[in-house]
Amino acid sequence: MRRKGTASLLLAGAAALAALAAFAAPPNRQGDVGADRERGREVYMKWCAGCHGDEGRGDGPAAEHLLPKPRDFTMALYQVRSTATGQLPLDEDILRVVNEGMPGSSMPGWKAVLSGAERAAVVRYLKTLSPDFAPATAPPAALSFGSAPRGGDAAALEGRDLYRRIECWKCHGDSGRGDGTSAPTLKDDLGNPIRAADLTQNWTFNGGGTAPDIYRVLRTGMDGTPMPSFGDLIEGRIITDEQLWRVAQYVRSLSPAEPPRARDVVRAARVEAGLPSGPDDSAWASVERYYYPLVGQVIVRPRWFAPMVSGLWVQALHDGRALALRVTWHDPSQSPDSSWNVWRARVAARMGADDSAAADSTPLPDRLAVQFPARLPAGLDRPYFLMGSVEEPVYLWSWESEPRSAVEATARGADRLEPLAGLTDSVATSSTYDHGEWRVQFTRALSTGDSTNQLEFVTGRPIPMAFYAWDGSNGETGARMAVGSWSAVYLAEPARASTYLSPAFAMLATAGLGLTVIWRAQRHRRKTTDDGTDIGTSEAE
Amino acid sequence: MSKLGGLVAGVGLSAWVLAGTSCGGGAERGGESAAAAGAAVAFPVDTTSAAAINGRVAFVGSRPAAARIDMSEEPTCAQKHPGGAFVEAVLVNDNGTLRNVFVYVKSGLPALTFPVPAEPVEIDQNGCVYSPRVFGIQTGQTLSIRNSDGLLHNIKALPTTNRPFNISQPTTMTTMRSFATAEVMVPLECNVHSWMNAYVGVVTHPYFSTTGADGSFTLRRLPPGTYVVEAWHERYGAQEQTVTVGPNETKAITFTFRAS
Repeated sequence: MRRKGTASLLLAGAAALAALAAFAAPPNRQGDVGADRERGREVYMKWCAGCHGDEGRGDGPAAEHLLPKPRDFTMALYQVRSTATGQLPLDEDILRVVNEGMPGSSMPGWKAVLSGAERAAVVRYLKTLSPDFAPATAPPAALSFGSAPRGGDAAALEGRDLYRRIECWKCHGDSGRGDGTSAPTLKDDLGNPIRAADLTQNWTFNGGGTAPDIYRVLRTGMDGTPMPSFGDLIEGRIITDEQLWRVAQYVRSLSPAEPPRARDVVRAARVEAGLPSGPDDSAWASVERYYYPLVGQVIVRPRWFAPMVSGLWVQALHDGRALALRVTWHDPSQSPDSSWNVWRARVAARMGADDSAAADSTPLPDRLAVQFPARLPAGLDRPYFLMGSVEEPVYLWSWESEPRSAVEATARGADRLEPLAGLTDSVATSSTYDHGEWRVQFTRALSTGDSTNQLEFVTGRPIPMAFYAWDGSNGETGARMAVGSWSAVYLAEPARASTYLSPAFAMLATAGLGLTVIWRAQRHRRKTTDDGTDIGTSEAE
Repeated sequence: MSKLGGLVAGVGLSAWVLAGTSCGGGAERGGESAAAAGAAVAFPVDTTSAAAINGRVAFVGSRPAAARIDMSEEPTCAQKHPGGAFVEAVLVNDNGTLRNVFVYVKSGLPALTFPVPAEPVEIDQNGCVYSPRVFGIQTGQTLSIRNSDGLLHNIKALPTTNRPFNISQPTTMTTMRSFATAEVMVPLECNVHSWMNAYVGVVTHPYFSTTGADGSFTLRRLPPGTYVVEAWHERYGAQEQTVTVGPNETKAITFTFRAS
């Protein structure tokens, strides 16, 4: 690419010019090109090569731990584009990913880290890594997307109907949770296992979670992945452009208006009418849901960089005698499920040797564990978040999908988990698996009479709480799991009689005091007027 | 074939195709070349002296057992295979020959530009199986992709030299594409049905043939000369033979693949 025949003086001048104008316009002189590429390369080597590799082949030192794998730029395949399937992306398309990242992968956004000029230079550098972007090649043509049609209830129904008709559910599942029949077999162009997106979590979508973003993906497909383009359906007059927008709008409607935020304390309201009987009891519908994010466990070996469960929702209630927790999370398989063996083998084969399980197909269940300190800590101290320590153990409720049951355990570290013998029936669980979602209700008496081993739940103070999740079909077992940090559950105190009387008493007292003050002031004013003396001296009487 | 070679061939093709098919190496929409193919261009080989290479692909060893495909998730397709569906990666004919071997002239042709056939090459998705599974096509020639199943297939091309495509066909429909650059082979796959695989040999000339039920192949109307002929099989790899044919000569060769 670099032409050394150019006079060095010109090169130096061009380099300075390129540095100034890097963001304004792509360079068009040869000297500029060389200097600009060098500038982009510097940014790339510093920030990108760790994952994407020195040559851009997606094989940096971190790549073996990542799934999805980093992009191989020499293939010139880009998921997020505004061009037809198989076509090269626009510069703006690449820049968008550099700016915003790929939320469904390890790729972060770089807007806050790199300057505009640096980002633009790195985009141009990436294009030099594949001959497909050769300058002689005609620039790719952007598709015309139009804008979202107005919708109503009928439009939403049409979107739902089309989602079924064009069979999005084959991969993404009937409820959109990425649990379709083809989901276990999906692989990218390099043979890496790749998940059908969970369409109910639009904050994880590569390319953005708005309806126009989703429409763009439907039109263009995501090159390098199984996601195809639906553009030929419009050109073949099988569906209209508006109908494709309806699908996009329907998919958008599967996610909440705003991405969930993690909060520190799960509030367990007190109910008098009894606790829900199971996770599908309608009483849960009106109870606030708290999002709890999870990440791969990468502290102790074996580490786990590819967890299936990325977060869960927690609800809590108590009735003064027992605590009920409802935990829901998305997992595309009800493990053990042999149809996911192909997925599990691919995951095992693609992770780094020191972290990966031997590719076996021993049936593994799904698991969820709720963690509390073994004893209520004084003050703000909490046991080590990763299953405690010898000095400060933790107390766990460990639920499994097969056989469907829960046990209590004490852990003194990630490798020291001991079931509490003879106490397995103090935590009751009830669970449902429904179209890619687990819903489990845990219920336990606030006090079990064994405060040595089992935490006593008290009202009126936050009790540390954390969660772990395992997807057996993803090969997750033991330390190969998804973990979160400490949050807490707060059991609301019962409303006492004083709760209602105190404000009334305070109101009366305030009113009385106010009247007294007014009465005194008026009496005083009358007095000063009668005496003809000023207020200051009258006070001294 | 190298990228450069494909590019050169592509440039030659563009000169011939009046509609100006791109030489950028993309999988193009089929319409352009189909329309342009109406222009009458004489075949660039003197047919009075043309030679031919034919022969068969023999298979030695015990034929491997074909794995059964579980199509229970797709009853419409399962019903089209009353005797069960099997992976067709290795098909050994009763006469001891191997089916689905792509045989083509790899090198040795003079610098000629061949007309692109007006008729498209067709691939069908029927019973959740590609038909044909292995076939050839010329650069710029229309590939007509039909979905006869009426249920969702995506057809995805995974080339290394050409640009890819990945098209959703959720109903009975036909879609056109083409390949701009020579590439042997371009894999096709369906991600909805992980057992569906096909392979396309893309070449710049008409000298290719795929073995069928009798295991034979024929490369006709060749200019006299010396050629490297390659036989490609998806499981057993590729073999080459160098063959010299004189004017009006027909030479028979045999490729032999062994059970591995």
